[in-house]
Amino acid sequence: MKAIPLAYSVRNLWTRKLTTALTAGGMALVVFVFAAVLMLDAGLRQAMVSTGQPDNIVVTRRSAGSEVQSGVERPQAALVEAQPEVVTASKETVVLIAQHKRDSGTVSNVTVRGLSPQGIALRPQVRLAAGRMFSPASTEIVVGRSIAQRFAGTGVGERLRFGARDWLVVGVFDAGGSAFDSEIWGDVDQMMQSFRRQAYSSVIARLADPAAFDALKRRLESDPRLTVDVKRERQFYEEQSAALSGFISILGLTLSVIFSIGAMIGAMITMYAAVAGRTGEIGALRALGFRRRAILAAFLAEALALAALGWALGLAAASLMQLVHISTMNWQSFGELAFSFTLTPKIVLQSLAFAAVMGFTGGVLPALRAARLSIVDALRAA
Amino acid sequence: MSRRVSPSLIEVRNVSKSYRRGGQIVPVLHDLSFDVLRGDFLGLMGPSGSGKSTLLNLLAGIDQPDAGEILVDGVDITRLPESDLADWRAAAVGFVFQFYNLMPVLTAFENVELPLTLTPLSRRERREHVAAALGLVGLTERAEHYPSELSGGQQQRVAIARALVTDPKLIVADEPTGDLDRQSAAEVLSLLGQLNDQFGKTIVMVTHDRRAAEHAHAIKYLDKGELSEGADLLERSVR
Amino acid sequence: MQFFKLIARNALRHKLRTGLTVLGLVIAVLSFGLLQTVVGAWYAGANAAAPDRLVTRNAISLVFPMPLHYREKIRAVPGVRRVGTANWFGGIYQDPKKFFPQFAVDAAQYFEMYPEYRFAEDEKRAFLRDRRGAVVGRKLAETYGFRVGDMLPLRGTIFPGDWSFTVRAIYDGAEARTDTSQMFFHWDYLNETMKRRVPRRADQVGVFVVQIAEPARAAEISQAIDAQFRNSAAETLTETEKAFQLGFVAMTEAIVVGIRVVSFVVVFIILAVMANTMAMTARERLSEYATLKALGFAPGYVAALVLGESLAIAAAGGLIGIACTFPVAAWFGTQTGTLFPVLQVSASTTAMQLGAALAVGVAAALLPGRRAARVRIVDGLRAIG
Repeated sequence: MKAIPLAYSVRNLWTRKLTTALTAGGMALVVFVFAAVLMLDAGLRQAMVSTGQPDNIVVTRRSAGSEVQSGVERPQAALVEAQPEVVTASKETVVLIAQHKRDSGTVSNVTVRGLSPQGIALRPQVRLAAGRMFSPASTEIVVGRSIAQRFAGTGVGERLRFGARDWLVVGVFDAGGSAFDSEIWGDVDQMMQSFRRQAYSSVIARLADPAAFDALKRRLESDPRLTVDVKRERQFYEEQSAALSGFISILGLTLSVIFSIGAMIGAMITMYAAVAGRTGEIGALRALGFRRRAILAAFLAEALALAALGWALGLAAASLMQLVHISTMNWQSFGELAFSFTLTPKIVLQSLAFAAVMGFTGGVLPALRAARLSIVDALRAA
Repeated sequence: MSRRVSPSLIEVRNVSKSYRRGGQIVPVLHDLSFDVLRGDFLGLMGPSGSGKSTLLNLLAGIDQPDAGEILVDGVDITRLPESDLADWRAAAVGFVFQFYNLMPVLTAFENVELPLTLTPLSRRERREHVAAALGLVGLTERAEHYPSELSGGQQQRVAIARALVTDPKLIVADEPTGDLDRQSAAEVLSLLGQLNDQFGKTIVMVTHDRRAAEHAHAIKYLDKGELSEGADLLERSVR
Repeated sequence: MQFFKLIARNALRHKLRTGLTVLGLVIAVLSFGLLQTVVGAWYAGANAAAPDRLVTRNAISLVFPMPLHYREKIRAVPGVRRVGTANWFGGIYQDPKKFFPQFAVDAAQYFEMYPEYRFAEDEKRAFLRDRRGAVVGRKLAETYGFRVGDMLPLRGTIFPGDWSFTVRAIYDGAEARTDTSQMFFHWDYLNETMKRRVPRRADQVGVFVVQIAEPARAAEISQAIDAQFRNSAAETLTETEKAFQLGFVAMTEAIVVGIRVVSFVVVFIILAVMANTMAMTARERLSEYATLKALGFAPGYVAALVLGESLAIAAAGGLIGIACTFPVAAWFGTQTGTLFPVLQVSASTTAMQLGAALAVGVAAALLPGRRAARVRIVDGLRAIG
């Protein structure tokens, strides 16, 4: 097919600057929402996935939705620890404490984890960012980076009061953007005492051979002395975010689709006007020998160029969102979780496809109208 | 397959055309037959609504008659399907419109180049043809200007360059001087005359301007769908 | 009169363009209204709170229980009329996606404090008599087809094991904003069962709901209650029910803010579309405006024509969008079941929708209107053709 030069389509966008800006702007806003939602979901998943180590497992009470809801009695915990596949095990207690946020003063639930030195070793992604690690058997605590930023009284040297005791913050740790960044860690036995707990919340363990997981899982879950769920740490954390992730995706994508209808209508109005204003040119092009298909392609190209412009602007704005950090209650664990917007190459392509669909759908009907004009009518109406 | 090589470039045989206007059928051309010889410069005149533009559209292959045939250089264009007709137009006909119909977003050069993009010529070859065409109409130094930067007369000359860049045998012009001042009109008409004399292009020009018509070699009058000729009907040619 | 006639005829001149613009406005106003309504649903609990109810919880966090014997001490605080116990049960019905709130409550006290839960007398009596009985709200009953007499099995998460209840009563809400997506059963049954299964977890209360005689003294009484338990094993935090509910909202603040922001984004999208339409329309009619001015109409009149047409289109889209919001919200409510127990389109939402539509109508007409008013007659008349 002999096509009308692309310059014809693209330059026409440049002559009507205001219209192009408004139409592309509308599409940019939709692409922004679409990309931002995907980025938020990706950020949430990344926070969760990076929390899990490939050779760690998490043992909780059967059907417990989170560690906070779970209780593993001491004898049961000892049994898990004694399994041959387990190299290191950490018996941990996880609770939520209500703390005031720094800026707004509102109260939110913070996850507090009592663990042992083995537990710290099981999380190699955690590094000290300030101060030092807490001493075992003391009332010292260390806080995750996100907690230190957001919550009052969590700076190094400050004291937090909970469980009828004062706890001294001796360090801040960086967990590489994973869920642990939103936790406070301390000695497990001190915490159990303080909270008057008899049972642990969970047992975290590293396997000598990750492939031994299935056999271990079967054995533990069918043991009549135990009522536990055994999961790979990655899977455990993935499930922790499933509800929130699902909510974000569904709500966000529904909104994007609805908004895109508005943007498509805008594109349609613009393209209909473009066709109406250029019927003389269309007639001349057809007279010169360009086929209907070429006319259709030229106007579709114009609509797609609009969409591409909107995509570029929208994606640029969305990528700025990477500077924003979100902290909200994770519904599954009931505790505060910090994560951010993450831009992936996949999202770049998905938003491009989304923009292309918007451009095509908005432009196809006007382009068809342009192509269907008879030459005589087009020249006459000019 | 041998083609008849006749002295006539265009043979119109029993052509009829009518339009539907507001539910009514208005006959415009009825059983028209005439020839246009190769190298003719024909002026078509007549009162408004007489169908002269309609006839021009039929000759140029941008409209189809209800009945009859039109042969251009031996090819019956009334039998061609739309896609073949498009290709035929690209090769055989050059258009000059009253309101120029240049693409405002393309430069003079790009406008003249447009018909060549339908041919298999390379970019360099296209450039040569465009330069030649622009040179012929005397607008070489305006090649990079947009239509909005050109006067009416200059725009029409660009349109003429576009019309001849593919070296068509036939050039149709619909009121080419209708929107121009006297001097520009004279330039355009002398240009058309030059194309006819020097390059042997067959030209069919619709006009209501008697002065323009005088540049043509022959004049036909179209009135109520019927063609007639002769100077004795000159009085009737007022618009 | 001529003014309005001109506006109406002008708007209808380009039916496709006007129709598309109105459609875009309808979608935008509808989306805006829906989002604001969803945000409103977040605050449903706080809005339904009664001023004479306080909630006492463990000061550490909601995750920690309090001893049962606190009840008598709270009851003894001056100004307290009634004390009820409630434990969040958090069980799973069939699968985790089928979520609804479940509470173990001491029915005798609790439902006296929640008069907005309306019962049929015989059903209520049947529930009070059956230790393993359960009460479900109307919305919950409709979502999962529960009827009086049905078995309701739950898999415990916080309170482990399998539990089974019999639906004895279905309650209705006194007002539209009352939450009828909840299930209640007897606290005593929970406690007895825990005594058997995990004895050290018995006699533990999640929250105490406290009804007071004078709502004006809520802060004072709250502090008096907390003072009772200062420096004890389980210190308490008492606040009004509204503050308690707002606390939950605050925890998911980021999401609420996000939805609010997005709802305004849609307004900007449609503003872009509308402004584009008006700009194109005004540009095409420049010669007409010039003609009007030549005839003697003031520049203000011409600008008013543009503004009037823009407002007419915006009003049409806004009103249709508002009208559509109610059925769509209702449909959305049935689709999401118990996730949003109260999905009411509030009057303030409708007002905001109308305001947004009109604001868009005005904003879109500003530049084109100014241009139309300022067009030089000479330029405008030349623009013909």
